[in-house]
Amino acid sequence: MKLAIPSQGNSLESMMDNRFARARYFIIFDSEKDTYEAVDNEKTASAGHGAGVEAGQNLANMKVEIVIGPAFGPNAMQILKSANIKMYLKSGGTIKEAIDDFKNDKLKLADTPTQGHWQ
Amino acid sequence: MKIAIASGKGGTGKTTIATNLAYLLKETGNRVLLTDCDVEEPNDYIFINFEKEGEVDSSILIPSIIEEKCTGCGKCSEICQFNAIATINKKTLVFPEMCHGCGACSYVCPENAILEKERVIGKISYGNSQEGFRFYQGVLNIGEALATPLIGNLIKLVNKNEKNYNYYIFDSSPGTSCPVIEVVKDVDYVIMVTEPTPFGLNDLRLAVEMARKLKIPYGVFINKSTIGNKDLWDYCKREAIDIIGELPNSKEIAMSYSNGRLILRDIPAFRKEFLRIIYAIEKVEK
Repeated sequence: MKLAIPSQGNSLESMMDNRFARARYFIIFDSEKDTYEAVDNEKTASAGHGAGVEAGQNLANMKVEIVIGPAFGPNAMQILKSANIKMYLKSGGTIKEAIDDFKNDKLKLADTPTQGHWQ
Repeated sequence: MKIAIASGKGGTGKTTIATNLAYLLKETGNRVLLTDCDVEEPNDYIFINFEKEGEVDSSILIPSIIEEKCTGCGKCSEICQFNAIATINKKTLVFPEMCHGCGACSYVCPENAILEKERVIGKISYGNSQEGFRFYQGVLNIGEALATPLIGNLIKLVNKNEKNYNYYIFDSSPGTSCPVIEVVKDVDYVIMVTEPTPFGLNDLRLAVEMARKLKIPYGVFINKSTIGNKDLWDYCKREAIDIIGELPNSKEIAMSYSNGRLILRDIPAFRKEFLRIIYAIEKVEK
């Protein structure tokens, strides 16, 4: 199963990014093989409009099944739901901690979108 | 003649210049039309006595997917530059509020599965002002993100409906991005309103670069000229930019503005600074 986590850096020790679609990287973790790769998200992060849609499309194309993020906007949520990608909430901490929390069943499912970063 | 009022930095006095200039041009015997193109927050109407004659909805065309025809090939979502379409599991999703209405999706669709439907994004109202000039303004609906298509529709409507004016004044929004370019690109002259602060000068530089790229003549009006420093004058001198008027930072002007009134009605002494603008414009006209 593939997990995606927005990240400030490109390793498991990096801190989670506090934004979903405009994160610098996505760490894509494969729970069966216990391997990961860092996907550069710079192009999406700097999109003028619609970063949420673009990030969602990218993750769906990569066949991600789980996303762990601090919050999900309405567009991101709509597209991730259509792609049957489950969204879990966690903010702060490292990528490794987020993966451990997920494995230990400590994270809550996200069901309502946030309105925006300014609120 | 078409004149745009731009600024770079916000809050420098575009509205003040636009409304008072329209008033003075009318007073000096011209047929004048003022258009408030700051559709996210139009405020010219506050300073004039606008008698609304009519209002029309303004729309853009957005894609509507004919599901029976759509094969989920994803060509539409690939071509979309605004992330308004996504293709997930061979299903096409449209995000209407992201769409700029360019039509590329329906153009590339190999199955003719995209119908373009109108979506209302704002309103355009028009009428006369008691001051004797014609007035148009656009207002973006709350929650809409795309000012530029509405501004485009507004200017098109003015051009279509209103002929035979000596002066068309377009009051733009601040900045130098798409909504401003949409206003400035087809005018004969741009009045850049600025203030002598580091922020005002920084953004003026950007606005000047914009006008130079678009090859449109322009002049600088310095508002609140008694604050800040002299860097702005040095810059204009160095770059050979015309200064076409100045207004001081004055309590009287602030009071007049706060009461939603035209400065030229309350403080006729400032008339000569607006006449300077008219001379500058007339020079370009010839």
